[in-house]
Amino acid sequence: MSDATLEVAGVTMRFGGLKALADFNLTMRPGELVGLIGPNGAGKTTAFNAITGVYQPSEGDVRVCGERVNGRRPHQICARGVARTFQNIRLFRELTALDNVRVACHARATSGFFDALFLTGRHQVEEARILERAESYLEVMGLAHRRDEVSRNLPYGEQRRLEIARALATGPKLLCLDEPAAGMNAAEKIELMELIRSIRDRFGIAILVIEHDMRLVMGVSERLLVLDHGVTIAAGSPAEVRANPRVIEAYLGDAYLEEKHLAVPAPGGST
Amino acid sequence: MVLLRQLLRSFLPFLVGLPLLFGFQAALQAAGSQAYTLLLTTVGVNIILAVSLNVVNGATGQFSLGHAGFMAVGAYTAAKITLALAGIKLSFLPEVLSDQIFFALALAAAMAMAGLAGVLVGLPSLRLRGDYLAIVTLGFGEIIRSVIENMPSLGQATGLSGLPLRTNLVWVGVSALATVVMARRLSVSTQGRALFAIREDEVAAEAMGVDTTGYKVRAFVISAAYAGLAGALISHAILLATPRMFTFVRSIEVVVMIVLGGLGSITGSVISAVLLTLGLEALREFQAYRMVVYALLLIVLMLLRPQGIFGTHELWDLKLFKKRGAAKAAPGGAGAGGAP
Repeated sequence: MSDATLEVAGVTMRFGGLKALADFNLTMRPGELVGLIGPNGAGKTTAFNAITGVYQPSEGDVRVCGERVNGRRPHQICARGVARTFQNIRLFRELTALDNVRVACHARATSGFFDALFLTGRHQVEEARILERAESYLEVMGLAHRRDEVSRNLPYGEQRRLEIARALATGPKLLCLDEPAAGMNAAEKIELMELIRSIRDRFGIAILVIEHDMRLVMGVSERLLVLDHGVTIAAGSPAEVRANPRVIEAYLGDAYLEEKHLAVPAPGGST
Repeated sequence: MVLLRQLLRSFLPFLVGLPLLFGFQAALQAAGSQAYTLLLTTVGVNIILAVSLNVVNGATGQFSLGHAGFMAVGAYTAAKITLALAGIKLSFLPEVLSDQIFFALALAAAMAMAGLAGVLVGLPSLRLRGDYLAIVTLGFGEIIRSVIENMPSLGQATGLSGLPLRTNLVWVGVSALATVVMARRLSVSTQGRALFAIREDEVAAEAMGVDTTGYKVRAFVISAAYAGLAGALISHAILLATPRMFTFVRSIEVVVMIVLGGLGSITGSVISAVLLTLGLEALREFQAYRMVVYALLLIVLMLLRPQGIFGTHELWDLKLFKKRGAAKAAPGGAGAGGAP
């Protein structure tokens, strides 16, 4: 039990009368790559927010490495090893790429304000270490050449990658990616998924990915979880999920049919 | 040896700045002009206020309007201490030195008390953002003032008068230098970057492991402590501490300075503090139009250069200084802060 990186047991999120997430269960082990899918408004991001402490679950438990983290503030959960990216990119827009990553390295820093104001030896060592770490994460995500660029000026795909670099720099055991491929073209998406897989292999951390593109997420993750209206309607290997009639009905159905140009009613019967 | 190197690194700006300030003070005394001393003191105090407020309003992006309140706390704390110790001398030291030691004590106490007030005000109010925080800090500033106004032991509305003259240009210069060094070191440290992150995106900063509430309070406390220092210095230069010196108009003056200089720019704060103080001195004849000039200045600035004179840029960002690296940038701060 305690070797699980993340254990989510029976988490329910209520907003007034709305049940955005009902009885959500998920266990992740080190090195696992799990995909979380579902139509718009299915509660995927709500699940993320419940795990990372943005929301406090109405019911149920979230455990990170065996420790219960319900009611902890996001930065405390981050310190326990859960890092995330955001669906709509939330970089520190006016800071350079390097500084974006260095902020994240701060989570592991031990020197305080006093050290910074008096330039103590500890502070100097810490700064050097942070710089080195931040540069290595930029390198991993292929952003070394953008080091001193203000992040607002980076192209979209690089902003996405920078966000992942920033999340990695907090030293997570679990990395939560909220639609990392949103707005990318097919080739970029494939490249990104390769990158995600290589991150998993390189750092040996668990990764939870929200993704809309079905083919993509099925190709990359070992296990899938399907949400619809806050309810987990299916879980298992991509093959199992694909064969599940409820999934096809809720999600794959439309997408699949549209993709094959089948049974899409033509507007106004012009054909 | 390591310790010595570290102390040297820590206090290098002061080792450079102090002899310069003593020299400057001696030169001014030789010229014998009292008027300039007070003007330069005001300039220095405004630099302290602007640069310290910029740590909260510029770097952390939290709009505080209560700076004058913390100034008042510092001024009254120091005034009480110097008044109480006025008759006492350390017999083994010359009188001047003994007075100055007591004044140093008073300044430290002023910073501590103002910092404490910063904790008390910051903890409840820093949950708010933007306009709401501005209103709450404004309210707290006024509360501090009206509490003082109603305390018999603090002289109520007449305040404390007859303070001993303790502030000299060396004190003012060192304090301004200390403020600039503080802000500069913060801005290149990991703690400072955490503050910038809060300014840029609070949700993301929190998710990346920055204790946003804790850091906002810390920035607020540091800023308040320096405001207290400024209050103590000015009250021992004009030998008076009254509640009227610390109304919210004073807070707004400081906000105008940092907006004019560029929110987030230390250089901008210093330069606009100097310019505005000297400018207002030049406008002394037209005292009544002071606020009109202020308002016009702001309107013109917002139309022509909304990001302030310097934007978020710094003097040491120039290519000229870039090569010298971060470690050597501190003397650059000494140049800026050593002027008074």
